[in-house]
Amino acid sequence: MMMRRQTGLLALLLLVCWLPAQAIITGELIMVRSDKTFPEAMLILQDAIKTQGYTLSRVQRVDIGLTMSGYPTDKYRIVFFGKTEQIHELTKKHPELIPYLPLKIAIFAEADETLLVTSDPAIFMDLYPDPRLHEVFHQWHEDIVNIMKKVQIPD
Amino acid sequence: MFYPHRKPALFLLLFLTSLPCLADKGEQLYTDNCAICHGHEGTGGVGIPLGLESFLEQASDEYLRRTIRVGRPGRIMPTFYRLADHEIDAIISHIRSWKKTAIPKWDNTRINAEASTGKQLFEKHCVSCHGENGRGGKGTGMMFSRPRDLPITPPALNNQGFLNSASDQMLKNIITHGRKETPMPAASEFNLNETDINNLVSYIRSFQKTMVSGRPMLEEPPVMVYTSPYSFSETIENIKRAAVGMNFRLIRDQALDYGFVPEEQESKTHTMVYFCNFNFLYQALAVDPRVGMFLPCRITVIEQNGQVQAMSINPKRLSQLFNNNELDEACDKMHDTYSTILEEATL
Ligand code: HEC
Ligand code: HEC
Repeated sequence: MMMRRQTGLLALLLLVCWLPAQAIITGELIMVRSDKTFPEAMLILQDAIKTQGYTLSRVQRVDIGLTMSGYPTDKYRIVFFGKTEQIHELTKKHPELIPYLPLKIAIFAEADETLLVTSDPAIFMDLYPDPRLHEVFHQWHEDIVNIMKKVQIPD
Repeated sequence: MFYPHRKPALFLLLFLTSLPCLADKGEQLYTDNCAICHGHEGTGGVGIPLGLESFLEQASDEYLRRTIRVGRPGRIMPTFYRLADHEIDAIISHIRSWKKTAIPKWDNTRINAEASTGKQLFEKHCVSCHGENGRGGKGTGMMFSRPRDLPITPPALNNQGFLNSASDQMLKNIITHGRKETPMPAASEFNLNETDINNLVSYIRSFQKTMVSGRPMLEEPPVMVYTSPYSFSETIENIKRAAVGMNFRLIRDQALDYGFVPEEQESKTHTMVYFCNFNFLYQALAVDPRVGMFLPCRITVIEQNGQVQAMSINPKRLSQLFNNNELDEACDKMHDTYSTILEEATL
């Protein structure tokens, strides 16, 4: 009995401690700074996307394109991801969402650290008032915060 | 089962776990809300440094509190209206923990000097860094290893967020002493006396208006959609031709579900045409390193229910998330370019 209550209290306390950690939303963008180098952060990001149940469909190497055109730059990539069935279904039912699919996160190096930015899917609620979509947007929001959090947290 | 002797242990445990939790609150809030732009230790980046002694000696708690609350409209620094007062105070304590400096308190005595003389001084000594009418330096402190003129972007001084946070006495102190370890020089370097400094303060203060909260949001639709009278493949070809005509380089076209299904199962009715203008992109990255959210340029052509449509995001709508006037300008341009391509391709 007591043991269970103790665990319950502890869980509550831990929850309270962790709550502020959820708030990584600045305005309508979700942004994170990781003290990991770019390659490390990239690996964690890709892993986190998969663990969250998404398919990583492509990585756009913006920096390579720039460098090849004669514009020197640090590492800059865009990671595209989504859920196959969801993409097919949304495409069919809500073609107005297509330009925003698949979802994406921009990841780039700043010296030894790495920055990640994406728009908060919660903004879609204003853009697309259809209440049936809001559950989807809410889920995306939760998932993306989780994904970003994994890259942010230091060892 | 009841073990009374366990209770003190429980409370001790609760107490101990809650200690770091409270102490870390400011740090955690800073990490989540500020570190992306100002760096983990306030070294700066997209935002200017917050950890320098020269800054902390000049910034009163009141100034920090207001700055965090109202942000700098149009200058990237967001408003943090969601944060509670105690959270803002926790962030400030964390920022103060980096350096032991005296915490200044500025009284609100106004300085009523000659703004017109101040304007002349400003144009002589300050405009090269702070820009015409104090609108601030261009770009951010993050340049992706490119060479740059100044290590720190001079802030906008005509910004309502700044003017509503800084008192005249604080302005006077900044101009008098400058900020060590930043490009901001002290008045002595320009041989300015106290009257000159007061005139400069009055000039900067003359930019202040009644502050309207936030930036005006434009009613912009999230996407731009054009119906095409041409076939699906003709429309794609038209898009490519129009993009090349607008100085873009075609990158690739891909099914919308590329990477999600095996190639042979990919959609034949949803194609993304990717293109890029690397010169424009290079400049856009200097304006705001977060522009990745617009990349790469893309128009999607779909055929659904016998109708062909070409569509793209609306850069004007997306730009509103970034609180960056300079980026708004680039996105206006991008919006017009997308419209031209879409129009030409579906005419
Ligand atoms: C060489 C470039 C340069 C010149 C010249 C210069 N400044 Fe600055 N100024 C800066 C930079 C960079 C900062 C930001 C410093 C920092 O990181 O805290 C700054 C900060 C300031 C600030 C504080 C702004 C804020 O947001 O906290 C004021 C006020 C200011 N300058 C006024 C002036 C005035 C008035 C003059 C002319 C007498 C002047 N500056 C000349 C580069 C310059
Ligand atoms: C998206 C980037 C971004 C985020 C996030 C951000 N800032 Fe800023 N901040 C800036 C920029 C950029 C400026 C300079 C504005 C200018 O150039 O006019 C600035 C300016 C400031 C200033 C004025 C400094 C001075 O010299 O007077 C303070 C104080 C500040 N930020 C605190 C914070 C705090 C605290 C947080 C988190 C609660 C935060 N900022 C989050 C970008 C950001």
